Amino acid sequence: MSYIPHTETEQQQMLAAVGAATIEDLFEAVPATHRFPPLDLPAPLSEMEVQAELMALAEANDHAQSFAVFRGGGAYHHYIPAAVNHILLRGEFYTAYTPYQPEMSQGTLQAIFEYQSMMCALTGMDAANASHYDGATSLAEAVTVAYEVGKRKRSKVILSHAINPQYRAVARTYHQGTGIKFVGDKGRADISDLIDMLDETVALLAVAYPNYFGQIDDLKNLAEKVHEAGALLAFVVNPLALGMFKSPGELGADIAVGEGQPLGIPLSFGGPYLGFFATRTEYVRKIAGRIIGETTDQDGRRAYVMTLRPREQDIRREKATSNICTNQGLMALAAAVYLSLMGKTGLRRVAELCYHKAHYAADRINALDGYTVDTTKPFFNEFVVKCPRPVREINARLLDQGIIGGLDLSADYPHLNNHMLLCVTEVNTRAEIDALVSALEEVAR
Amino acid sequence: MTQPTIYEISAPGRTGVTLPALDVPAAPLPTDLLRRDLNLPEVSEVQVIRHYVNLSQKNYAIDKGFYPLGSCTMKYNPKINEDMARLPGFAHLHPLTDEAGAQGILALMHQLQEWLAEISGFAAVSLAPAAGAQGEFAGILMIRKYHQERGDTKRTKILVPNSAHGTNPATCTMAGFEVVELPSDDNGDVDLAALRAACDDTVAGMMITVPNTLGLFESHILEVVKAVHDCGGLMYMDGANMNALMGVVKPAELGFDVMHYNLHKTFSTPHGGGGPGSGPVGANERLKPHLPGPVVEIVEPADDEHDAPLYGLRMPEKSIGRLKAFHGNVGMHIRAYTYIRINGARGLKDVSRFAVLNANYVRARLQDTYTVPYPRICGHEFVLQGHFEDVDDVHALDISKRLMDYGIHPPTNYFPLIVPEALLIEPTETETKASLDAFIEAMKKIAAEACENPDLLKTAPHTMPVSRLDEVRAAKQLVLCCAPVSAALAAASSG
Repeated sequence: MSYIPHTETEQQQMLAAVGAATIEDLFEAVPATHRFPPLDLPAPLSEMEVQAELMALAEANDHAQSFAVFRGGGAYHHYIPAAVNHILLRGEFYTAYTPYQPEMSQGTLQAIFEYQSMMCALTGMDAANASHYDGATSLAEAVTVAYEVGKRKRSKVILSHAINPQYRAVARTYHQGTGIKFVGDKGRADISDLIDMLDETVALLAVAYPNYFGQIDDLKNLAEKVHEAGALLAFVVNPLALGMFKSPGELGADIAVGEGQPLGIPLSFGGPYLGFFATRTEYVRKIAGRIIGETTDQDGRRAYVMTLRPREQDIRREKATSNICTNQGLMALAAAVYLSLMGKTGLRRVAELCYHKAHYAADRINALDGYTVDTTKPFFNEFVVKCPRPVREINARLLDQGIIGGLDLSADYPHLNNHMLLCVTEVNTRAEIDALVSALEEVAR
Repeated sequence: MTQPTIYEISAPGRTGVTLPALDVPAAPLPTDLLRRDLNLPEVSEVQVIRHYVNLSQKNYAIDKGFYPLGSCTMKYNPKINEDMARLPGFAHLHPLTDEAGAQGILALMHQLQEWLAEISGFAAVSLAPAAGAQGEFAGILMIRKYHQERGDTKRTKILVPNSAHGTNPATCTMAGFEVVELPSDDNGDVDLAALRAACDDTVAGMMITVPNTLGLFESHILEVVKAVHDCGGLMYMDGANMNALMGVVKPAELGFDVMHYNLHKTFSTPHGGGGPGSGPVGANERLKPHLPGPVVEIVEPADDEHDAPLYGLRMPEKSIGRLKAFHGNVGMHIRAYTYIRINGARGLKDVSRFAVLNANYVRARLQDTYTVPYPRICGHEFVLQGHFEDVDDVHALDISKRLMDYGIHPPTNYFPLIVPEALLIEPTETETKASLDAFIEAMKKIAAEACENPDLLKTAPHTMPVSRLDEVRAAKQLVLCCAPVSAALAAASSG
């Protein structure tokens, strides 16, 4: 086997040192009746054969290099500069462990410190952690933080229905064993309805920015109302939209969470992605996950280390508020490299390309007979289209033309039957958008 | 030497990308919604590459050398895994693609579910959990749901041995359970008498690592399982140490009801400097309906053997629910699939055989120099004490830091908690005898240095980019952002 280097001679020398006749003798503590069961797995294959098998499986998928993708809904097809992948493929980064030994891990530690800095700049928050699993679990962890800040006396959490339905489901999964009650997202409550639900039992109010339908809600006075009620305010944000829109910090949020996938991470059928979590200084000691801090070494040199460690499960054990250990560190590195490459002007440019192209598409589709775009609120790069036929049928027709159409909203929002959530990014050319518009026009006939 | 931060090499007007021109008419911008400033660095591509390449070179990694980090299974991560996960058909596949357009990846995920189930003997596997800790959380929520469905609401406790990973007790608390810590006996096993005394009708289940965190196969594992089952509790196996068990024993056959796998330990997916991992969870028939979702199922069987079935993503009947958006860390599933396919049954069994041989070899060669508190045949890892009776002020931490000067990553230190000055050593199967011998020699030299020149250890490391860090300062004078970002944030909040 290519990954096991032992020669027959070495094996014998090692067994002699151990004082065993065979390797099998080392397993006598395993109950004999259950020892060495047959494994019904296929025979080993060479790397060459495995590669052929996987290439065939990969090509059996409708992927974004052979289709024009207009689907978002929490995962976005953006251009990833070549340099990102080259850094991720550095073995020194991707085959390293968690930086528990800082003297041997300054590369990871400084890179994640810089990631934290860029996420703070983007969100307008004071502190970010080194990542959660994805945007959904970041929201679930925000609920825990708010519950702890409220000294576990406030047990109600208000969720906007316009937060990604999967995120809301995950928050409920996470808190099924605690006393937290989720409200606000069963109907179609708007922001002012959510404000009306605030009372002294509310720990957290969470909204999405842009919301699941791509829209920017009017959130100007929200923070004031939430804080008057003594609760925390969380924004679930698309980080790419923050390239142009006001930061959650500027709008008064206490916690900003979201999915970092748009920042240089491939679609990969849903993972690995990047849950980011940022907050204000006063809550930093309540948050879960790893945090990198700056310090000095014994010789006075600037250096980085995992800090506020006593919050974490390996030290606090049953008193920890989260069990998170492994995070999405390499994906945080991807975001750091992406944001470094884009920089101040590049990220703004990408965000504006998305914005303009989405608005061009929306205008053209809105002009088609049978289609209506929801233009009641400003939007970023996703928008809702009311269609003349079931979305499933439309998408089947689009697929024939090499287009992956928008998301069918009817499964998660029954009142949005025949409504499609369309997404346009910088990768969609005018020709692709025009082809989409023509295809939609054709389907309506 | 201190390397500047990416912000310190930034200068106005630079960028590291070129972007296409706008090819559609510009839409009016909602000016009152726009931000005024965005404090990201401004650097060129070559600066970015040099910055991160230079940073990478301050790291230690498996690709550079031996990494005997107990409980973490730092085995070699085959390069083919990385290439396969990056195939365009996987990397550029949207997670909400219609099922008909995702049959390739769904077939792969389904096959991986089946293989993992076969390796552990369980009835079904869900690939949804993103990491080991999330797999644990899923498993304990499944146990909770099982009792609830039966109306058995008085079961509020989970038993956890005192040798457990910290994630175990933290998981129980997250799921709303009370943790009852069980002592270990002189042999390193769960204290059976204490276990039996704790078993009653308030016990929902028990979490245990096999082999345990001392690297030992529990001598009375069948008795442990029986005691918990007899009181109506269920058994959770922490599968972090599965690298000792493939083709050796199937946890389900020992009576476990549910376990998680760490694809980033046993199945060679990389650790990424902290993640991402992947922590699939397997369950027997009893707990299968409660698996987290979605799982991949055959929704339409194949017409004949030359035809493929139709796969789809479904929520199990009485699922604990969704653990993350979408379908798990799929990129890790692809790597693990590749690894299992290359190894086959024979290869996986060899993985465990040689992992255990390597650990026992190092143990046997070091037990005359260091105290090995449980001097018996071990699994894939073992504990020794990083302390010498005659040099009282040299500790496991000092030995760890000194190992860096020999070009070796330290073992896990101060875990498990039940062994004072613990050094938990896991060589893994991918190491040559020569690299083990180099480690053994380094450990022996360090033991000699501890007597002759203890200061050499206490001031170690001497050859790394930085010396020991002031961790107290890091926690007291919190600096969590590069200076230009914190300064701008402070200015924004005061103005």
